[in-house]
Amino acid sequence: MNQVLEVSYALDTFYLLVMGAFVMWMAAGFAMLEAGLVRSKNTTEILLKNISLFAIACTMYMLVGYNIMYPGEGVSSFWPGISFFLGGDHAAAEVIAGGDDAPYYSGLADFFFQVVFVATAMSIVSGAVAERMKLWSFMYFAVIMTAFIYPMQGYWKWGGGFLDAAGFSDFAGSGVVHLCGATAALAGVLLLGARKGKYGPNGEISPITGANLPLATLGTFILWLGWFGFNGGSELKVSNIEEANAVAMVFVNTNASAAGGVIAAMVAAKLLFGKADLTMALNGALAGLVAITAEPLTPTPGAATLIGMVGGVLVVFAIVTIDKLRIDDPVGAISVHGVVGMWGVMAVPLTNGETAFSTQLYGLLVIFAWTFTTSFFTWFALKMIMGIRVTEEEEYEGMDLAECGMEAYPEFTSK
Amino acid sequence: MKLVTAIIKPFKLDNVREALSDIGVQGITVTEVKGFGRQKGHTELYRGAEYVVDFLPKVKLEVAVGDDMAEKVTEAIRNAANTGKIGDGKIFIFPLVKAVRIRTGETDDEAL
Repeated sequence: MNQVLEVSYALDTFYLLVMGAFVMWMAAGFAMLEAGLVRSKNTTEILLKNISLFAIACTMYMLVGYNIMYPGEGVSSFWPGISFFLGGDHAAAEVIAGGDDAPYYSGLADFFFQVVFVATAMSIVSGAVAERMKLWSFMYFAVIMTAFIYPMQGYWKWGGGFLDAAGFSDFAGSGVVHLCGATAALAGVLLLGARKGKYGPNGEISPITGANLPLATLGTFILWLGWFGFNGGSELKVSNIEEANAVAMVFVNTNASAAGGVIAAMVAAKLLFGKADLTMALNGALAGLVAITAEPLTPTPGAATLIGMVGGVLVVFAIVTIDKLRIDDPVGAISVHGVVGMWGVMAVPLTNGETAFSTQLYGLLVIFAWTFTTSFFTWFALKMIMGIRVTEEEEYEGMDLAECGMEAYPEFTSK
Repeated sequence: MKLVTAIIKPFKLDNVREALSDIGVQGITVTEVKGFGRQKGHTELYRGAEYVVDFLPKVKLEVAVGDDMAEKVTEAIRNAANTGKIGDGKIFIFPLVKAVRIRTGETDDEAL
């Protein structure tokens, strides 16, 4: 009997660790996607932002973020309390003796699985502020976001706080991760301003084309693969028949939704622009993935495809609209993760009878309000203290030379 | 001496290079350029925003030749690079004042 329990614990732990590693791989996806959609003169910088935010997220979350988000027993349903560093893991004896409430996988595996999620949320911000934000200002924001802003709203839902108590449902984080990241991005972009030359005085919008579409496409496929870990792992258990089937359903639906998103975005782009736009197709895949993330278990694969398709259509219109509002988002992060994140959250009751539109809306508004206010305040403070935008000259010269002293695609070298 | 400069369609480069080789030209320099003449561009959309593609990719080649070869070289390039459609390009001939071979120091006609 114990042996089955031990194997089951090991399997679930292993599952969580491997799924966590898949989500870590999404960091590579974001890096490639963003590197492909910015100009060559700003590529080194965005890559540096991507790898540094991942490192900062891992460190700050280990230091304090994880305990804020998962205190075990929070001080109140709003305030989780603060403690630092990670505790030890579950002793075998404790697990075996524990009964139904016993932990069924390693506590450190839980941390590992969660830390890659906060990195994902933070990574959403880097694309929206690309090509004109100071590197170090961005990193300081990452410290605050991953130590405090994200963990607090994460506690309210996944840590057992008041959103969870209210019945708000968010399986893998359309709201908690994607909407949160996009909202922080929006607050930053509003204070940062658009890239020079993007918007003309009479409402003209100039395209600023990406330098490397193969990288952008690679990045999208990498994100798609990583998302199986993101949604699949969020079932948090695989070691019995019901759970194994559930995980399989989550994988299938995640995939179906992405596919639906691509098709819908391509058709929408063809109808709106006359030609299928590759960058829209890529955003469509991501939109499908974000849309299903709040509830990848209860829909049928057909329904999941439709949910993704709605996401794909929404993202195309959102990108164009946000541009018309003169909010400059070089990679469409706010549209993909914010607008579609909201759709993902609101779509849950369509297939999950235990949820309600009103509670979903409530959760969405709380996440948005909290994240926007705290992010805006943080960005504003950074703007006052050290500035968040590079100088006009640095922007024209390119961030790679100005901030990193290194070109991504060097052409004239002396050797 | 003359410097014969030609702007041609990129896919014609191999044709032109062969034709020049056939008449005895021993060296050319090639650059990737963009440009337009009377072949105007067209508009495209990137994520819903319109832009004009008016600079089209071309190839510029430069050949330094003796005065006696200039006509032959020009004819050879023209025949090899011609497609009959607009955008075929142009050939410009510049007077070349001096030429020097870096390795040996030979000048003018010996350097070509």
